Amino acid sequence: MDWVSLMLFLLLVALGELNIFASVYDDTVKQHLWNLSLNSGRQLLFIIASGVIIIAINILDMRFYETFGYLIYGLILFLLLLVPVIGKEVGGNKAWLGIGSFGVQPSEFAKFATALAVSKYIGSIGFKMDNLRTQLILFTIIALPMGLIMLQKDTGTALVFISFILVFFREGMSPFLIVVGLCAATIFILTLLVPHQIYLHIAIGTILVGLIALGKKKFKRVLILTIGALIISGVIESVDYIFTHVLKPHQQNRVRAYINPEADPLGFGWNVTQSKIAIGSGRFSGKGFLQGTQTKFDFVPEQSTDFIFCTIGEEHGWLGSLITISLFVALLLRIVFLAERQKSRFSRSFGYCVASIFFFHFAINIGMTIGFFPVIGIPLPFFSYGGSSLWGFTILLFVLLKLDANRSEVLQRI
Amino acid sequence: MNEGRKEIVQIGFVLVGVVFLIKLFFIQVLDQRYVELANSNAILRDVEYPFRGLIYDRNGKLIVYNTPEFDLKVILKEVKKFDSAKFCALFAMSRGELRGKFRELKARKEFSKFKPTLFITQLSNYDYAKVQDNLDEFPGFYIQARTTRAYTTPALANALGYVSEISRDRLEGDESNTYRQGDYIGQSGIEAFYEEQLRGERGVRFKYRNVKGIEKGSFQNGAYDTVSVPGQDLVTGIDLDLQLYGEFLMKGKSGSIVVIEPSTGEILSLVSGPSYDPNLLSGKRYSSNFVLISNDTNKPLFNRPMMAQYRPGSIFKIAQAMTALQEGVITPETRMRCDKTIIGCHPGHDNLDLRGAITNSCNPYFHGVFRRMLNQGLSDSPFDDTRIGLAKWNKHIMSFGFGHKLGIDLPNEKDGLIPTPAYYDRAYSNRPWKFSNIYSLAIGEGENLVVPIQMANFVATIANRGFYYIPHIVKKIGRNGNPLPQYTERHYTTIDSANFRIAVDAMQQVVETGTGARAKLQDIIVCGKTGTVQNDPMPSHSVFIAFAPRYNPKIAISVYVEDAGQGGRAAASIASLMIEKYLLGHTQRPYVEQYVITGKFD
Repeated sequence: MDWVSLMLFLLLVALGELNIFASVYDDTVKQHLWNLSLNSGRQLLFIIASGVIIIAINILDMRFYETFGYLIYGLILFLLLLVPVIGKEVGGNKAWLGIGSFGVQPSEFAKFATALAVSKYIGSIGFKMDNLRTQLILFTIIALPMGLIMLQKDTGTALVFISFILVFFREGMSPFLIVVGLCAATIFILTLLVPHQIYLHIAIGTILVGLIALGKKKFKRVLILTIGALIISGVIESVDYIFTHVLKPHQQNRVRAYINPEADPLGFGWNVTQSKIAIGSGRFSGKGFLQGTQTKFDFVPEQSTDFIFCTIGEEHGWLGSLITISLFVALLLRIVFLAERQKSRFSRSFGYCVASIFFFHFAINIGMTIGFFPVIGIPLPFFSYGGSSLWGFTILLFVLLKLDANRSEVLQRI
Repeated sequence: MNEGRKEIVQIGFVLVGVVFLIKLFFIQVLDQRYVELANSNAILRDVEYPFRGLIYDRNGKLIVYNTPEFDLKVILKEVKKFDSAKFCALFAMSRGELRGKFRELKARKEFSKFKPTLFITQLSNYDYAKVQDNLDEFPGFYIQARTTRAYTTPALANALGYVSEISRDRLEGDESNTYRQGDYIGQSGIEAFYEEQLRGERGVRFKYRNVKGIEKGSFQNGAYDTVSVPGQDLVTGIDLDLQLYGEFLMKGKSGSIVVIEPSTGEILSLVSGPSYDPNLLSGKRYSSNFVLISNDTNKPLFNRPMMAQYRPGSIFKIAQAMTALQEGVITPETRMRCDKTIIGCHPGHDNLDLRGAITNSCNPYFHGVFRRMLNQGLSDSPFDDTRIGLAKWNKHIMSFGFGHKLGIDLPNEKDGLIPTPAYYDRAYSNRPWKFSNIYSLAIGEGENLVVPIQMANFVATIANRGFYYIPHIVKKIGRNGNPLPQYTERHYTTIDSANFRIAVDAMQQVVETGTGARAKLQDIIVCGKTGTVQNDPMPSHSVFIAFAPRYNPKIAISVYVEDAGQGGRAAASIASLMIEKYLLGHTQRPYVEQYVITGKFD
């Protein structure tokens, strides 16, 4: 097994456990970390369970994952279908399947299942990325779970499936799609930021005239540029409609909070404002372990799950942020390194799936706490409290490590 | 195929990490706002108001003390939706008033949603009990206890002054940053003069609290906490019984009584009529009553002993006599005709010597004295001669404490006016003037202006035969404090004490056989002088100054009763009753007391 990844995993989980304890610690009661009435105590159980999962993964034959890839994927889709019917509601999201008091979120395991299916398809014989049919199938594979999770109103987890585009990119898909997506997102945000949309239209017009004047004055080129500009202007006009009619009120508020949290620091801006106060008040070296007031006294919401990074920022300052972010970047680079040394396309693209999912969680979660992104409720891998998410990430990482450990058994197929 | 894509992904991962760390560096290391914001979130500043110092009289009787009251404060951030009908019923206000309160709150300049802000001031004890039981239904509202002033008697209002919430102007001008919005501050009287000693120091306790406002232990184990320090007590020279008696005598009259202990300068009584009950301007009643009292046409807030400037009238003849004796322009044996063609006088005397002239308050005699004083023949020009004489006269008169602030420990003391040559140059627009233009100064009329406290200080100076201590209300700070050094220094006049003895002889005669006969007491030698100040078309002001006993004087007093006729009547009667009360502890002449209370002095 790759011991570098294992060490990084152990470090992240241990730091996560300590920070969960810090975020729920109450000076006046002085409970222990392993107190099962605290999130930290329960997280400790989840970590122990992860150990069992790791052992199980290593016992299973590596061929199991590729062989049963579609089956696992199908099973998860079935569970996701079941959730709206027999699921129980926790915190407004109907995302849990439960037996008694024990519940799991199938959506956390859907990422793993989808990664298997995507990799299996990419690894199949005669796979060609530049084929339109191939691309449609791949998008269908990620769209199915995404749509089902959307039905559970868990937009954050659904958005994670966008990260598979990175795998497609690595496996040869044209970057055009990514560029177009990024442009669309930029225009959407710009439209909301600029008070009068007429300025955007003027800017687009100026760019259009500039492009026509600078380049060759062929009729076809001028026509394409003009049509393009008109389409963008149309999109801008539609943003307002999408914002007010398609997005739900709580989603609108998240976007508003992202654009200007100071507009209503007690209402929709509360999370971001308090999160930034927590992180910002940590200064260079932090307030010290268990000394954070923002998190300990509940000013930061969801402080042991989605906003766990606030505890790191507040109690350990910029140094703590540096260490945490460095560990994540190191893990991501290590996973890419592992993926690249695989001998099968299945294993390699599975590696990229793991890297993409981790990266998406890492970037969106931390970006959200410092106001880079709107509040999207997804956990920080290994740090955030929660059994399902910890196990989901553990499975992803250790299946890759299992594939990597046995990579020489694979027949050369690339 | 797909060459370089691995590197693009790797660079992307590193780039995102670096961008995060740069952004975090800005938020965490460069931007300092967040620490403050976090503190204002989690640290509760619990202010403990100090007890304001108590005020005692000379015999240890309590005059001013503190009584608890309760303010309602609000931290707007913590306010949740509440039952406004119940709130309004609890605090006896209408919904409109409640809305108005919130609007007014948000309009305040220093308003913050995160800090406790004064919402309702001074809930009465009854309200407090009722409110305390229901307050948990209104999160964000807190009760803050502090104290307000209370008074054992309705006396001495103007000298004590009042305490009320600091004004916006004062708050903005407070460079030492001592006060906060809603703090109480002494606004007048000794409450204002001794504000620094009385106020004490606020204590602060810093506590952690969570997002729901629930306390979570002390901040840094109380390292930054301070205990409130109570203000220092003041011991005054006031004799509370005498003060009450003086206010009783002045009831229904306008004017003042100032009583000084000559041997110390301590003020025994300071009566200003009309006055008001200081309890009316305390606590919750302040805001409604202040408007009423300050708009009263009788001016109860006008502290007459310090601020009313009157012409002194005939009591000034004592000063004229001593000045002339000092300059050697007369002797005690100098006699002059009572020539009523120059200036009016009462009948029944003529060709008196100095003592006789004082005893009978002979106006023409003092016209003559003043002429000799001003026109000493030091210049051939009658104009220049008067100018030289007036300058000498002014120097002597000022040395009695007239014409300038004495430095008493009360705000807003007035100067009075003793004219100088420069004053008349201005008044006559630099046209020439001489004795015949200004002779009414001779008998305390004309341009002279004197404040009642200066009259009392003057008679205390005579009692001391030549010096005074600055009159003062407070004798020591703290019950075991020492006398204040600025009040233990003797201020000597320019007059020899031998000349004072002549004045004392004459003043004894005034009471025993002259115009001040109503002030005569059994067994106590009272020395006094009457004054009847013209006040056409109204009745004259009645003035009397006195000290007693003649030897080893214990009390010096000035009484000024507006529009009450001759000085020998209202003022002399009141003065003698006060002397009796102070020296004997009781009065022996019910008919005089009755005469004063009835108040018909014609």
